[in-house]
Amino acid sequence: MPTLEIDGRKVTVEDGHTVIQAADRAGIEIPHYCWHPGLSISGNCRMCLVEIEKSPKLQIACNTRAADGMVVHTTSEKTKIAQKAVLEFLLLNHPIDCPVCDQAGECKLQEYYMDYDLQKSRMPLDEKVHKGKAIPIGPHVVLDQERCILCARCTRFLDEVTHTSELGIYERGDHSRIELAHGKTLDNPYSMNVVDICPVGALTSRDFRFRARVWYLEREDSVCGACANGCNIEMYHRENRLFRFQPRANMDVNAYWMCDAGRVSIGSLQGEGRMFEVLVRGDEHFAPADWPSAIATVAERLQACGSGGVAVVVSAQATNEEIHLARRLGDALGATVAGISWSPPDAFHDDFLIKADKNPNTQGLVRQGVSTDPAAVDAILRAIDAGRVTGLVLLRTDLTRWVDEARARAALERVATLVVLDTDGRPEAEYANVVLPIATYAETEGTFTNHAGRVQRVRRAVSPPGQAQPGWHALGELVAAVTAGQPPASAAAVFDDLAATNAAFAGLDHERVGTLGAAASANSRASA
Amino acid sequence: MPERILLRCRDIPDLRSLATYLRHGGYESARKALTQHTPEELVEMVKASNLRGRGGAGFPTGMKWSFLPKQGNKPVYLAVNADESEPGTFKDREIMEDDPHQLLEGILISSFAIKCHRAYIYIRGEMLTGYERLCTAVKEAYDGGFFGKNVLGTGFELDVVVHRGAGAYICGEETGLIESLEGKRAYPRIKPPFPATHGLFGCPTIVNNVETLACVPHIVARGADWFRSIGPEKSPGPKLFCVSGHVAKPGVYELPMGTLLREIIYEHAGGIPNGRQLKGVIPGGASMPVFTPAEIDVPMDMDSVQKAGSFLGSAGIIVMDDSVCMVGAMLNLAHFFHHESCGQCTPCREGTGWVENVLHGLEEGHASPSDVDLLLNIAGNMMGNTICALADAAAMPVRAFVTKYRAEFEEHARLGYCPFRPRAAAAEPAHAHA
Repeated sequence: MPTLEIDGRKVTVEDGHTVIQAADRAGIEIPHYCWHPGLSISGNCRMCLVEIEKSPKLQIACNTRAADGMVVHTTSEKTKIAQKAVLEFLLLNHPIDCPVCDQAGECKLQEYYMDYDLQKSRMPLDEKVHKGKAIPIGPHVVLDQERCILCARCTRFLDEVTHTSELGIYERGDHSRIELAHGKTLDNPYSMNVVDICPVGALTSRDFRFRARVWYLEREDSVCGACANGCNIEMYHRENRLFRFQPRANMDVNAYWMCDAGRVSIGSLQGEGRMFEVLVRGDEHFAPADWPSAIATVAERLQACGSGGVAVVVSAQATNEEIHLARRLGDALGATVAGISWSPPDAFHDDFLIKADKNPNTQGLVRQGVSTDPAAVDAILRAIDAGRVTGLVLLRTDLTRWVDEARARAALERVATLVVLDTDGRPEAEYANVVLPIATYAETEGTFTNHAGRVQRVRRAVSPPGQAQPGWHALGELVAAVTAGQPPASAAAVFDDLAATNAAFAGLDHERVGTLGAAASANSRASA
Repeated sequence: MPERILLRCRDIPDLRSLATYLRHGGYESARKALTQHTPEELVEMVKASNLRGRGGAGFPTGMKWSFLPKQGNKPVYLAVNADESEPGTFKDREIMEDDPHQLLEGILISSFAIKCHRAYIYIRGEMLTGYERLCTAVKEAYDGGFFGKNVLGTGFELDVVVHRGAGAYICGEETGLIESLEGKRAYPRIKPPFPATHGLFGCPTIVNNVETLACVPHIVARGADWFRSIGPEKSPGPKLFCVSGHVAKPGVYELPMGTLLREIIYEHAGGIPNGRQLKGVIPGGASMPVFTPAEIDVPMDMDSVQKAGSFLGSAGIIVMDDSVCMVGAMLNLAHFFHHESCGQCTPCREGTGWVENVLHGLEEGHASPSDVDLLLNIAGNMMGNTICALADAAAMPVRAFVTKYRAEFEEHARLGYCPFRPRAAAAEPAHAHA
């Protein structure tokens, strides 16, 4: 455990840590381009040169091991000269096309130029080396070789993380350029990570580029809902629209990465199919309604079904809070509660991040004791066929994919009272008596339990459209209506109730789950 | 003329064939080393000889060998740096072409000393003749029992592989060479770790120059004291000097380490022809700082040349007479380093091209007087700030040329043309000779 001094601050780090890591711990940012905590050390950009006492030359902080008694200066005159020189070299052949560059605003060249350089170019413009621009290198990524600073983060990612090596560095010296390896395209399931780790505008996302200037975007820490892995993400949004997801570092879940499918799943959260109106069916047609009257209608109709006459089906798309309230509703009505965790049978998965289970919260169902055995839903359908169940509540479910479609439709046709709570209009809604539009996970507070039992928070980045309400709110109102109780004040309050009554979540609350999540208790399934 | 040791091939016809080599005592040193010495004794012998690397850096060879891990289960490799590409350097080439067994015997003894069972000779791709002769010699050595499973009946096992480079200066940098041998782009590695612990295929590796290894059989044959007695004690031995440029008799000269540069130029190489005067001389290959005529009374050994402000480097002595435009000469060097920078580290990748651009501007008449200091500034920003020494190699000549011949650089800027080249018409000075 060496203790060293960086800019007068003493810091102790583990053996084997480098100066750049030690500085980070001391709250000092040493500027760098090529170094990335998730990749091997390359040491090529030379931006992290620092002065270390007793060392004749400046040393790169990324490859210099912290040693006991080491004295490091990151702002000394020598260091400043080197930083300025490296930036001048980096910008020498750079096109300086910031006004039309999608990276502007989150570009490390721009940032460090302002922080460490601020000088005019000393080389005439017409002497710059020119290379390829706007080259599509795969379905998701565009390459600009002139903006590239050859830090080799992208090639190291593709060599070391995905082991696919689509990109290489070709030619030498200032004619070096990143290029596709012969016969390859950059189309692996994680290709867009190279866009995130590219410190400049050389690699941009075909999905996101030119859609927004990043300084207009706000962001919210959340979790990706595209599969059971629960990669930690940042949701970038503006004017109530989501613009992009980027991974957020979490060593216990996704390190620094996420998959392309997760990123482009953003489209499904704000697609054409979103429902935004509360609808109550009259004699024949749906009529718009307000929430209080719709909730009252639902409560009245479900209560009329009698104990044992109602079934609730919840999918693994629902948050833990929504599942908990669905169970509360079931308890209040004496209803059966069953779960659905549907994924396409041939869903892509690998041994890295992408799970075959395309639901974010299957473990939430399991740990709340809601069966995802198809037999449970089958029993409900049989009860509907037999006329024993006359009221059905569907929460974020698609029955027509979970069981035989004709059978599902027959049951939906037969059931007297069908209440659908969903984000999007699925086949079920056609049969509904009441449709309650609810929020996607990007529009609500809540938690998911990932495949490994880690409870992680999703945050409300944008508001739900139209009349849509967060699921916990809609269900909370419904539970209150059937129990004549008080609706919950917040998703956090719902979670507190869950934690108080379910050993699997004991000791947790939204605060404790925090931004990086917390492992659910090992003794799962137990439920009060 | 002192006795030729490394260049016996000049005296003995057909020394490159094993039969001739054996007739002249060939592989006797190897036999002696493998049968009468332990590896540890050989390392100590080479240490005691004060043999220093002939590739350019002049690092003590025995000390380099002693950096290998004392224990470990990984194989040790010897990588022979035969990628001789420093401009002005052509000594290893003669050894490989005309006395390849001298090198192979050095490889055998050194491999035994460092407990290596697989040696790679990384030969510059352009040296086709050397490659073919090495391949022939290696086959002869296998057939003669000097390489293979049971070397000289001692049970020692050694395989030797000859590998051709594909033509990049950077492959001569020892870690670039290792990367290239591994089949990768020859990007020099960040150090630490050093090759002695993490080299070829992640295993302990020694990288030695051809001439360095060629010295080893002679040290074994005649002893460390004999070797140390040739030239200065701290930087001793027979040395090959490559003399090129404006001398009457360019070529490779084997002379004792520490021979005066003036003597090499004016006595051995026959002086400056055509009645011209010496203007400058680069003592150690293109990357080393140039000497002015006033600086040539320097003994050509590692420490003396360094003390005089340059480096012995690869002992490529490039002589320039007073017809040479020093801006043009520097431009020539700058073009080389620009072409050969691997492009990995920012200062070298961008700086080498920039330096060439500025020099080109001076030579072609579109530069300003401030460009002279700009050159020094760029060179200063490149020096010492990169993974390998190529940036230093590119920057050091700039500093020396500009500092020592500053008036000439300033004159170029002031005139707006190169005074050393005939101008077509006074009316259009800037681009008339473009």
